[in-house]
Amino acid sequence: MKILVTAKRVTDPNSKIVLRPDRQGIVTDNVDFKMNPFCEIAVEEALRLRDKTEDSEIVVVTVGDEETTKEIRTALAMGADRGIRVAADEKSLDSDVVARILMKLCEQEKPDLVLLGKQAIDGDNNQVAQLLAEYLGWPQATFAYKFELTEGNKGARVQREVDGGVETVSLTFPAVVTTDLRLNEPRYASLPGIMKAKKKPLTEVTPAELGVDMTLKVTTVAFEPPPGRTAGVKVKTVEELIEKLATEAKCI
Amino acid sequence: MSEIIVLAEQQAGKIVKATLHALTAARQLAQKTGATFDIVVAGQGIEGLGAQLNGYGAARVVILEHPALLNYTAQAYAQAFAAAASGAKFVIAATTAIAKDVLPRVAARLGAGMAADVLAITGEAGALIYKRPMWAGNVIAHVKINTPVHVLSVRPTEFALAEPTGTTSPVVVVKATVDEAKLRMTYVGLEAVESSRPALTDASVVVSGGRGLKEAANFKIVEKLADTLGAAVGASRAVVDAGWVPNDWQVGQTGKVVAPKLYIAVGISGAIQHLAGMKGSKTIVAINKDADAPIFQVADYGLVADLFSVMPELTEKLAARKG
Repeated sequence: MKILVTAKRVTDPNSKIVLRPDRQGIVTDNVDFKMNPFCEIAVEEALRLRDKTEDSEIVVVTVGDEETTKEIRTALAMGADRGIRVAADEKSLDSDVVARILMKLCEQEKPDLVLLGKQAIDGDNNQVAQLLAEYLGWPQATFAYKFELTEGNKGARVQREVDGGVETVSLTFPAVVTTDLRLNEPRYASLPGIMKAKKKPLTEVTPAELGVDMTLKVTTVAFEPPPGRTAGVKVKTVEELIEKLATEAKCI
Repeated sequence: MSEIIVLAEQQAGKIVKATLHALTAARQLAQKTGATFDIVVAGQGIEGLGAQLNGYGAARVVILEHPALLNYTAQAYAQAFAAAASGAKFVIAATTAIAKDVLPRVAARLGAGMAADVLAITGEAGALIYKRPMWAGNVIAHVKINTPVHVLSVRPTEFALAEPTGTTSPVVVVKATVDEAKLRMTYVGLEAVESSRPALTDASVVVSGGRGLKEAANFKIVEKLADTLGAAVGASRAVVDAGWVPNDWQVGQTGKVVAPKLYIAVGISGAIQHLAGMKGSKTIVAINKDADAPIFQVADYGLVADLFSVMPELTEKLAARKG
């Protein structure tokens, strides 16, 4: 089977992100960039599926500037077979444009399964996979917790993290699946993997070459800092804590 | 039909509370635009739900019925909702697991732009601005939707619970539009997390545990305090990841966003992504042995102590207060 998996370059989830004084964007000094953690889980799941099936291929895709090539190389070093970078400036993108770019790639590549992270930890939009599935008219399982291929590898049974528990759905391929936290523990790229990745094919294409209309449906016009919350007081004992909660905060 | 459509969510024949928060967002939009709103709910054999949605000021309550809607699936619900919202200018739902799953598909079908997890609606009709969180809420973006139809998921904790207005809304039951030939997914079942505790997103008190508890078995320390207070139980991403507790308990950027009257964080260091899910709580208590833990920067009351020694005392004393 053929699996298309996405790898988005995002700010390190452990970096403290603050708005620039001019409020035009975030401070990026001393902020590392890496693959979105949920994309790492998607790449890992693709690798495990390839191990369970015969003649499978994993194509890793990213949309972004030259720098985002690093995330493709990381996925290739983890074990993906080849990469495609769709060259675009991040400012020219919204979730919908990315979904339509991926739709064009799916039309060309004809994957059986598209695996994506459930959300990118920078934009927190949680939309691309669902938009893509609808544009393609494909079934979807978001927030995957367990993924099992069904007989003949023609579909999957996916357990999903939902409000109130875990739901199971059954899908027929081709399908779109997004990965949640508990699905797997992504591997690190090995040194030989990193060496091999340098020789794996990586192609570049532009949205224009794919015939994608770049009209934005959503535009960010400004940023503001979140409402601040200041540190309160330290209490010394349990008794003092209960006293404060009862008389000051009046919440017990 | 109205220009504003609220997609209501039902679970086992009950409208979920989050929907009542989305109704407040709909009322705000109605006020800004001078339009009316309809409430749309989908399922099979749910005619009786009309009564639960009556009295909130909707121009109509529309009940979509179809055998393919008996259980929620993204493909069927996206079709039914998009068909019901055809001609509307605004489609709104509360940010829930179902809304996250289906709303972008509805937007795609309507050719609409979508703003996810909206915190506030500002600006005037024709130039509306939606405020939404990015980077785990460390930045608030102001976004503008450029398409004629706007699709919004709204964060329940940022919009008050709608009170009934006393008016009655006509209830219409219609057969939903679903092209079953296009459906390639089926619902198999739900493994529910059984709990007699209040739902995490509705609870007025939440007690959450983190890695400071050291092992899964110790999570009962948190549960005991929660039960003493009639609270919901939450958890940090780290302990969900470690498999100690269900994902349904996760509070944070990629879990649930809560804003209770009292939030007690036990053995939680306060990673950025956790703070994103509880910073809006009215009063925050942190119990952690590391005095430098970031959780203390947002806590109203911090107790620097070994949780294993103070938690039993706290639980006991609070139980005694309750008598």
